[in-house]
Amino acid sequence: MDNIAGTKSSLSWAVNLSVIFLVVLWLIPTVGLLVSSFRDRDQISASGWWLSPFAVEQNFQAKIPAGEVRQDGEFFVIEGNIFSGGEGEVIRFGGARSNPTVAAAGETAELTRDRSLTVQANGDFVYRSPAEIKRDPSVYYSTATPPDFSLDNYQTILFSNNMDIAFINTLTVTIPATIIPILIAAFAAYALAWMDFAGRGLLIAMVVGLLVVPLQLALVPLLQFHNSIGIGQSFLGIWMAHTGFGLPLAIYLLRNYMVGLPRDIIESAKVDGATDFQVFTKIVLPLSFPALASFAIFQFLWTWNDLLVAKVFLPSNAESWVMTVKIADDLLGSRGGDWGILASAAFISIAVPLIVFFTMQRYLVRGLLAGSVK
Amino acid sequence: MSPLLQGIITVIVGVGGCVGYFFLSNLILDKVIFPPRADNPGRNINRANLVRPWLFLFPAMAALGLYLVYPVVGSFYRSLYNRSGDEFIGFGNYTTMFADNGFQIAFFNNMLWVLVVPAAATFFGLLVAQLTDRLKWGNIAKSLIFMPMAISFVGASLIWKFVYANNADIGLINAIRDFFGASEPLDVLQVRFWNNFFLMFILVWIQTGFAMVILSAALRGIPEETIEAAIIDGANPFQVFFKIKVPQIMGTIVVVWTTITILVLKVFDIVYTMTGGNFGTDILPSYMMSYMFRDDGRATAVAFVIMIVVLPVMIWNIRQARAEMR
Repeated sequence: MDNIAGTKSSLSWAVNLSVIFLVVLWLIPTVGLLVSSFRDRDQISASGWWLSPFAVEQNFQAKIPAGEVRQDGEFFVIEGNIFSGGEGEVIRFGGARSNPTVAAAGETAELTRDRSLTVQANGDFVYRSPAEIKRDPSVYYSTATPPDFSLDNYQTILFSNNMDIAFINTLTVTIPATIIPILIAAFAAYALAWMDFAGRGLLIAMVVGLLVVPLQLALVPLLQFHNSIGIGQSFLGIWMAHTGFGLPLAIYLLRNYMVGLPRDIIESAKVDGATDFQVFTKIVLPLSFPALASFAIFQFLWTWNDLLVAKVFLPSNAESWVMTVKIADDLLGSRGGDWGILASAAFISIAVPLIVFFTMQRYLVRGLLAGSVK
Repeated sequence: MSPLLQGIITVIVGVGGCVGYFFLSNLILDKVIFPPRADNPGRNINRANLVRPWLFLFPAMAALGLYLVYPVVGSFYRSLYNRSGDEFIGFGNYTTMFADNGFQIAFFNNMLWVLVVPAAATFFGLLVAQLTDRLKWGNIAKSLIFMPMAISFVGASLIWKFVYANNADIGLINAIRDFFGASEPLDVLQVRFWNNFFLMFILVWIQTGFAMVILSAALRGIPEETIEAAIIDGANPFQVFFKIKVPQIMGTIVVVWTTITILVLKVFDIVYTMTGGNFGTDILPSYMMSYMFRDDGRATAVAFVIMIVVLPVMIWNIRQARAEMR
């Protein structure tokens, strides 16, 4: 179809370029986060992540030893090198914390009380004062530091911020909440697809209707119910809640798939004397694997990424925080300005879903196509 | 006991319990209650088959009933009571809520979200689906645009917090403004009214992949002859797209649109993590969360309003499903 009439090569160029543009637009935010998560926290605020391969201009402070003062006419002068023997290149400098980069290297900065300061690019400085210098004066200077990539942020967040506990908690919530609804739904879907009974159509319609019931409705009554039967806010409660909330989609997806299985196989099995239970476990279940996988991925992503249900059905103490709650309620509040920590925390929380996504995309797509009400 | 161990035990108990229930209940039905022996085996088998569907359905129906049907009634009932739940106040929660300025802002914003997000996500999804349709590297491009679907709303919010950061050395938006000569960084999340659109774009970013996948499959499903015929008749690519392709996938477009609309009415995470509902960005789900644990009467009333907004879509979905089954 590439060379049919009406396909112009100029248009094909435009198509390629616009797709590249869209892909880049869609990727940039995530790439920015990934790059930032490896950068030193001071460098993150010193230059944008898009400049991260280049040296960063960072501000430093140095003390000039007042002991080395000598008198030069009516001035007191201190001379020396701010790198004190080390290597470096001063870009700008200043003598006050409020304005640390007032002058460029080689210039002379006029400071308060008629003092002046000159710093050369190689770090040599001359500090002049009309009055006696008693305390060590401070010099502020900016210098280019090479890019600093490391796993420090990940280390900090994992081992001193309890993100590891949150990770385990997320895993704990996710695994049962993914497996149990599949099993319950598979039986129900089989009944709705291959068994004849009065009210079947009504039940299917109900499942379709329940697909869109807002979760918000369930929160208050169910929490009350959990409290009244003694489960309260606990892992058991959240597993049950996720199971209930995931069922409509599970039943709907699986039923749609099972209905499409060839009738002959099932009927000939029944003629041969298989019971419904045997037909289900030995024929329908293995054949439905793609649909089971689709739903498993959906439910996994949904429970892993969920914030609402975890906030309501899990206790609000730090030991039970899942990663989304930890990031939203703890890190964004207490460490709102620590971008390195935030970036690495976000990346830890999205790493597993991304792996699942890229390895099992096929099933996810298939599930999406079957799952949207046609 | 560590929660993870507890989780593994729950999986084993849950799976074992389910399998055990189904196996044993079928066994009891066939062997004990209606054994295909005695004086009337045929009638017994038929009776067993009459009961069996309900054995298969019971756990799912019980869970659905308890976790989704009961809450609709339970929430409505609770919303008629006061904050502490001991005094019946009729529609008192609703009247005070409708008079509350915060609720009005949240409702207005939510309607804005409902108008903008599904439209934008469907538009971008359709655009990408069409552009990548004949592209050699189309699958890679689609996979990358689809990727945000896997990211949590919280993670996505963090990603975009970087983009929107109020600092030209961190935030891309402010860096671009800086490049074009703006002197002061601007906190886009505090710009009244427009901040809503910056939050909406995060959801558009996530949902475009979903729209793209479904619409791309729909585009593939269009009969090739219709397109060929149009090209032979001299239609240009734009005419082929708007006059031949779009009308044929209109049904799918509607489905995508409504699915995203429903989602928009439920997502509270983005507003909660980005602004906490401040600066005039509250929407109904986040407004509800701000009353959750404080005033259950008000919280359930908000939830019920969301339910009522969703109701038309729900009815439409059911009608579609029933029509399809016939």
